[in-house]
Amino acid sequence: MTLLRQILSVTAMNVRTLPQRVASSVVVVVGIAGVVGVLVSVLAMSHGLRNALLSTAQPDRAIVMGEGTTNEGGSALAVDAVQAVLDAPGIARLPEGGPAASPEMFVAVNMNRKEDGARSGVVVRGLAPAGLAIRPEIRLVEGRWFRAGLRELVVGRAVQTEFSGLEIGDRVMLRDGEWTVVGTFESGGTANEGTLLADVDTLLSAYGRTVYNSVRVRLESEAAFDAFRDALTTNLQLAVNVLREPDYYAQAQQGIGTLFSVITGVVGSIMAVGALFAALNTMYAAVSSRAVEIATLRAIGFGAGGVVVSVLVEALLLALVGALLGAGVAALLFNGNTVSLGGNGGSIVAQMAVTPAVMAAAGAWAGAVGLLGGLFPAIRAARLPVATALRAV
Amino acid sequence: MKYLPLVWAGLWRKKARTVLTLASVATAFLLFGILHGVTATFDDVIDQIGEDRLRMTSRVNLLEAMPLAYLPRIQSVDGVANVAYYSIFFGYYQEPGNGVGAGAISVESFFDVFPEIVLPAEQREAMLRNRTGAVVGKDRAAEYGWKIGDRVPIRSNRTLRKDGAEEWVFEIVGIYEFEDDQFPANEFWVHYDYVDEARAIDNGTVNFYFMRLEDPSRSTEIAEQLDALFANSSNPTQTQSEKEWVRSQINQIGDIEFFVNAIIGAVLFTLLFLTGNTMMQSVRERIPELAVLKTYGYSDGLVIGLVCAEALLLCVVAALVGLAVASTVLPQVFAAIDAPALPTPPTVIATGAAIAAAVGLVSAAAPAWRVRRLNVVDALAGR
Repeated sequence: MTLLRQILSVTAMNVRTLPQRVASSVVVVVGIAGVVGVLVSVLAMSHGLRNALLSTAQPDRAIVMGEGTTNEGGSALAVDAVQAVLDAPGIARLPEGGPAASPEMFVAVNMNRKEDGARSGVVVRGLAPAGLAIRPEIRLVEGRWFRAGLRELVVGRAVQTEFSGLEIGDRVMLRDGEWTVVGTFESGGTANEGTLLADVDTLLSAYGRTVYNSVRVRLESEAAFDAFRDALTTNLQLAVNVLREPDYYAQAQQGIGTLFSVITGVVGSIMAVGALFAALNTMYAAVSSRAVEIATLRAIGFGAGGVVVSVLVEALLLALVGALLGAGVAALLFNGNTVSLGGNGGSIVAQMAVTPAVMAAAGAWAGAVGLLGGLFPAIRAARLPVATALRAV
Repeated sequence: MKYLPLVWAGLWRKKARTVLTLASVATAFLLFGILHGVTATFDDVIDQIGEDRLRMTSRVNLLEAMPLAYLPRIQSVDGVANVAYYSIFFGYYQEPGNGVGAGAISVESFFDVFPEIVLPAEQREAMLRNRTGAVVGKDRAAEYGWKIGDRVPIRSNRTLRKDGAEEWVFEIVGIYEFEDDQFPANEFWVHYDYVDEARAIDNGTVNFYFMRLEDPSRSTEIAEQLDALFANSSNPTQTQSEKEWVRSQINQIGDIEFFVNAIIGAVLFTLLFLTGNTMMQSVRERIPELAVLKTYGYSDGLVIGLVCAEALLLCVVAALVGLAVASTVLPQVFAAIDAPALPTPPTVIATGAAIAAAVGLVSAAAPAWRVRRLNVVDALAGR
């Protein structure tokens, strides 16, 4: 009990004297704010991109692609294979009759990114009429839907924000001619919002194709998946790959996860080491400038524990302020910004998301730096020989 | 020079502080060296790419095809020495994950347009004679243990066969590499004529045309002329020199330059704060000592010089340590992204040292100002 009281009173005293040491304390705050700011920005980017993919997945939806393919762009399904999929058991029925299944085409078109003018691929998805029925999250917010047989596009809000030339009325050059943007849709930040939608048959004929890329289906229930998959994979005339949407998008986001964890790992750990040295510097200075004070406390009976904890608390407090500052600045600057990860086969467009998970990860780094930065100076403070320190007065 | 011991002594007055400051500055420049090293190396490599070859892709998207029928019109453009073409073949070996980087090429012209490809003349002849032949990269062949004479089954989910067969079988007749081994040789080249005849989709189309130019200085003009040929067709083109093409491929991923500069900026700002503070602290503690120097007759300028020299020395030495570590780490970074290990460009070291000197000078400015205003009597009295 006395130990606790000692700890409390020494810590309170320390914290009260913090304002006298503003200049040196600011170093820790700024150092940690820098680390946390950069970490939060990179994590917000990777979380945004990954969440866009993961949130697109619905457990009762499945995708059928050519055997051995793991992405829609590289898949081809001939018309007879598509028909076999439409006839398979387990697919939900539409209110107006017919299976809730959409044979789709997937191509990329180069557009100019607003931010830096770079030309990067954007996905154009050709949908059958059922394609919208099985994706109720897609809502038209402006203009109208494309009409079958006409070269018309409806664009996602996110891709419209990130790339130029996608306002309603703009013309987009696809293969074999220009298409007109007639509407804008939103889909709650899912990956679909980073794409352009069109009528699949019109798109196929413009590209001179007779094969689709994939079929998207809504199942009667999650449990119907096994029967649906087995019916297709046991059909020897078919060579298809059947995946639940969650599995499909989980593997799609893996690459992004690896890329960004390398970046955060390398950049974050080097910056954290730098900030650690800064924190050690400041806390050593804080301890040495208060050597007399600490020695006096020890002389009148305060234990080593109280002194150690008080230095640690001070370091953690400074780390916390730094973390809040860094995360706050990063959130103000970037939260909600659209970001895209480009590629020839199409970009993933998403909003940067400073989520609680991002904050917690960055907070953990800051805490670790604060703790380590305070630990060694704290031990030195506790070991301070009382007599020598007092003689220095 | 004779003041060096004095600067040195000042630096080591508080060992722990100097070592920690040194370490954090070095860490900052380690990060600078790696990040700036990567972008600067890319820039260097891109700068070395010649402009004597143009690449034409579909303006819509490079995965989109252009008609093979464009060939005679391209060939007729003045200044174009030779034209090769390439169609992406989405093939894999055994498992879907084992992409082989396959492409169907115009065998007759391809090796003339790409003189940096090393392929023995007899292997090239063998490829010309064998319609189902394949020329594979040295690295790809090593990966799967292929050798000349092997018949290799390649599957594709995209480049489907007209006859419904699931496999394409090619005979390896040649193994190529690049001059000086400067790029990984990992592609798998087969005859365009054969593939186009047998495939079920994209017939009569190609993904790239490559034009070797007689005069590299005319590359911009010829590229514009070529695009103008097809601008009003239903398949417009985009023609770039290989240099521009590589740059645009990197740019489309995202604004990497901005990203890197933002991180470097945040790091340097933090660093400036840190060293500036350390210097101020160190000068504050030594005010009586500096007053003694002034009493001995050291001029203001000299004392300021000493303070600045100390900051400069600290920053530059630390930066060089960080940059040295970065230049040993950098080749591993390149190895991790499958790029050839290139030496750190000297400009990175020079820029780093210059920034370090600037950080040193700026962080010495406030303490130096303080020294100038120092009143000897007050300072000695400890007021």
